[in-house]
Amino acid sequence: MAKRSAPEVNAGSMADIAFLLLIFFLVTTTIETDRGISRKLPPIQDENVEPPVIKQKNIFTVIVNRNNDLLVEDQVMQLGELRKAAMDFLDNGAGQGDEGCSYCKGAKDPASSDNPTKAIISLVNDRQTEYRTYISVQNELVAAYNQLRNREAQRMFGMDYTEMEAKYNDPNFRGNKDKLEKQIDEVKDMYPQKLSEAEPKS
Amino acid sequence: MSKFKKKKSGELPAVNTASLPDIVFMLLFFFMVATVMRQNTLMIENKLPFADQVEKLDRKELVMYIYAGKPSPRYQQKFGSEARIQLNDKFADVKDIQNFIYAERETKREELIPYLTTALKVDVETNMGLVSDIKQELRKAEALKINYTTRIGEVAKN
Repeated sequence: MAKRSAPEVNAGSMADIAFLLLIFFLVTTTIETDRGISRKLPPIQDENVEPPVIKQKNIFTVIVNRNNDLLVEDQVMQLGELRKAAMDFLDNGAGQGDEGCSYCKGAKDPASSDNPTKAIISLVNDRQTEYRTYISVQNELVAAYNQLRNREAQRMFGMDYTEMEAKYNDPNFRGNKDKLEKQIDEVKDMYPQKLSEAEPKS
Repeated sequence: MSKFKKKKSGELPAVNTASLPDIVFMLLFFFMVATVMRQNTLMIENKLPFADQVEKLDRKELVMYIYAGKPSPRYQQKFGSEARIQLNDKFADVKDIQNFIYAERETKREELIPYLTTALKVDVETNMGLVSDIKQELRKAEALKINYTTRIGEVAKN
């Protein structure tokens, strides 16, 4: 008897086994959503502190009722128009002298906000408002800020603000982070996000 | 005789499937790498709203998840159809949130605590009353960084 070579393993069923595993992982996979709208909650305040006096024209009121309808500055509005209205309000820049806004491109309507740094958006919900409407409104208001910030960032640094922030938050970003942070802060100071949320009415 | 056997028949030769396992393995590895196993079994309906002004949550270990929504059909008999909060694997009350935050903080290193973010995964049909109660509790627990987890898409799809 000569040296016999070892018999080859039959690999014909390997594909079946691999398919079985593949199907298992396909079924169990949930691609996790880990993106969303980031916000910062205000810390709880002392009740004795008097709220600062703010001129009515510097406040942009958005009220959402229990039927998910929007009332913006005492006028009924569709969700699609909200972004434009918020941008017009923020970018108005009617202030004179020290209160003026050199970079605003708005209508300078004296009945609207003086300066983006003073403009406040106030959002009031009803307890029965649906979460989807709330998120839509939040999204539109954040979008208004982002668009204005993008415009200024493009003008000054030739880059979108959202892109700058994404780069800043990217742990693999190779570049001057300190410089980027300064630039981001500069744009943020031009259009600070002043979005106040009242306790919902029932 | 072999001369006659070699004569080509009209049949097509069989497709060689020897590389099929390789292809399947490649797919398999892709899914194995891309899979994130859920830490929590959801006991509520959790259809997230759409938004397009989103930021990415980078460090998963620094995120605490709070779920809210209607209980799933099989829990509705026991828990009713009113929207509830889910923390980890259990239904919870609004007043449990503070303890949950403190317990989560205990498990993290001290220098990372300021970077902790709370992700709110709330079903689209939930009322804002519950969401504001959650937010109020988070303010009390001083967990001020929050993120409304959304799907990416136009707001009009909501």
